[in-house]
Amino acid sequence: MLSLPRVARLLAAVPRRAVIARPISTAQPRRSDALFVHRDTPYNNPSIPFEFTLENMKQAEEIISHYPKQYKKAAVIPLLDLGQRQNKGWTSISVMNYVAKLLEMPPMRVYEVATFYTMFNRSPIGTNFVQVCTTTPCMLCGSTNILNTVSEHLGGIKPGETTKDGKFTLIEVECQGACSNAPMMVINDDFYEDLTPESTRKILDAFAKGEKPKVGPQSGRKTSENSAGLTSLTTKPYGPGEHCSPEFS
Amino acid sequence: MMSVSSRSLAGPSGLMRSRHIISRSFATVQDPPVRRYGGLKDQDRIFTNLYCKHDHGLKGAQSRGDWHRTKDILAKGDSWIIQSIKDSGLRGRGGAGFPSGLKWSFMNKPGWEKDPRPRYLVVNADEGEPGTCKDREIMRGDPHKLVEGCLVAGRAMNATAAYIYIRGEFVQEANHVQQAITEAYKAGLIGPDACGSGYGFDVYLHRGAGAYICGEETALIESIEGKQGKPRLKPPFPADVGLFGCPTTVANVETVAVAPTICRRGGSWFAGFGRERNQGTKVFCISGHVNNPCVVEDEMSIPLKDLIEKHCGGVRGGWDNLLGIIPGGSSVPVLPIKDCGEVLMDYDSLKDAGSGLGTGAVIVMDKSTDIVAAIARFAHFYKHESCGQCTPCREGTTWMMNMMDRFVEGRGHQREIDMLYELTKQVEGRTICALGDAAAWPIQGLLRHFRPEVEKRIDQFRLQNGPVLFGGRLKSEVDPHLALPDNLGGNLVDAPRV
Repeated sequence: MLSLPRVARLLAAVPRRAVIARPISTAQPRRSDALFVHRDTPYNNPSIPFEFTLENMKQAEEIISHYPKQYKKAAVIPLLDLGQRQNKGWTSISVMNYVAKLLEMPPMRVYEVATFYTMFNRSPIGTNFVQVCTTTPCMLCGSTNILNTVSEHLGGIKPGETTKDGKFTLIEVECQGACSNAPMMVINDDFYEDLTPESTRKILDAFAKGEKPKVGPQSGRKTSENSAGLTSLTTKPYGPGEHCSPEFS
Repeated sequence: MMSVSSRSLAGPSGLMRSRHIISRSFATVQDPPVRRYGGLKDQDRIFTNLYCKHDHGLKGAQSRGDWHRTKDILAKGDSWIIQSIKDSGLRGRGGAGFPSGLKWSFMNKPGWEKDPRPRYLVVNADEGEPGTCKDREIMRGDPHKLVEGCLVAGRAMNATAAYIYIRGEFVQEANHVQQAITEAYKAGLIGPDACGSGYGFDVYLHRGAGAYICGEETALIESIEGKQGKPRLKPPFPADVGLFGCPTTVANVETVAVAPTICRRGGSWFAGFGRERNQGTKVFCISGHVNNPCVVEDEMSIPLKDLIEKHCGGVRGGWDNLLGIIPGGSSVPVLPIKDCGEVLMDYDSLKDAGSGLGTGAVIVMDKSTDIVAAIARFAHFYKHESCGQCTPCREGTTWMMNMMDRFVEGRGHQREIDMLYELTKQVEGRTICALGDAAAWPIQGLLRHFRPEVEKRIDQFRLQNGPVLFGGRLKSEVDPHLALPDNLGGNLVDAPRV
């Protein structure tokens, strides 16, 4: 395919009539959430060493023990997750290779997994990973506004970008399963729910200062109860054996 | 009708009334009393810590009746447990609504004892359907119900171990479940001698990594095996060849977690709620334009309107401000207001209304909603989550998304509406798993009930911007030096609609 400047030069050089004879390929480059190929870079190449810390190694062995011996590779997702946590929140090619070696599986099988699941970041992210849910239930409750607020408050970065100081990465995610507490966002591992633009700004400010704000709904209610007062479970929960059939009471 | 007419006569003229009653007294048939569903009492709720008001640990759980004489349930044996579940009328709570007792009995085929393979129960806690947030509350507040449920359901199908596949985003929930598992092991409730019954049973937690498709049972199995979550072709069904090539049953969190309570309180107690074939209690999650969105457990067959008015403070701006409701998560078609007033929240009633109960996730939309944009957002979701294995779904979801995006602003042809409908019909039922169907149904629901809205937008867009080519390009954007073939639709004039 011709590169764009080259086409422009060609077009400038030929008379008007020739414009009609368009270049054969006019296809747009394919847009995707993330690149599915690996390109060696100074910060992400197979020669960078990676190894689990002693503590993580212990945890990894515990995880591997959950699966039948001949199916060690079942542990690939938990181990990649462990590796990602150790590697500042992203899964480098070294992490994948290390996991492949540990589980005695071909590296390609690990790459397949790492590219399939959205929670594996294959490029570096900021210290705080802001994930704003924008699927319909959240959208109905104003998540577009929340996304814009976050984007503005972090200096105009777009979803998929990191702030210059490396403190925040913003992405748009699909349903996180907290729809009764919409709109919501996830920062690192924690859910922040029932957001308004104001509370969103407050949370981001707190993270910028290195604090950790209160996790969960920001509106004052707890979990997903009715905010105007409980309509169920108002009495003391029944105890063991109560209401059971005679043989179990 | 008899009782109604005689009651209406009990008015001003007493004489008339008495004569009438006499003249019709030979008819002794009375209308059966109309049963109103809903209004579950707290003593009948299974998930008593849904809002995490109490301790979710072992002690708290035991004080709320979990692990109460579990040993005796195990001692009753597999067929007793399965019969109890069958008697209770429990249907799978993950969306498909398959009778659970029947499904679990598939594991115990004649001669299963001779099969040396291990057998697994896999719990589907990969809750990712937009609108659904019930399993999350169960796992946060009542993780021991789930762990005990694994043991009881596992005993019913003679499983050796259970894997709980929880979505990777649920970190807090995974911690609570892991804590419950650890506590249960320590107390000897699960393990080589579960509850002192001599039955060996292990429970493991497996965290996923963000893929909606892993909520499909065979994709979930693939994912636990450490592969891409791509659904398998059935048969063989998981009950024959499942996880690690062994007999497996996949069940939803809610289905598994209610099993011990059903066994203790009896199948008939559970079957006493809801309509025939739709019995039991259910955790509903309501989101969107209601005054107080919440997660709540109530009786099956509760009228949709009651559910919203009673537990959620009604629709924002009153019932008349309602535009439509998606009653069962993103994968089911939307219902317009005229249907919303009368449907009951159960499998059959919603199916008759042209939608489905799904996971019981009610998404309410009031008149301020841009319904086309809302459904277009679902199309984005399915495009993002399609695993890419089957061509109709991989390509179809992208096409549907592109067309829906154009319809949001009205950049299209009237006849493209039918093309889109045709496209959804071509995707539906032509894929390995149900994600293709799930992507098609919301759009079909939109076109079924809100087609005039889409048509209006197309007309308006044309008024403002002139003719549009197929695919959304404006005719005015085309180089006038080029000959424009007719099949691009630029010169097409839609027949005026009456």
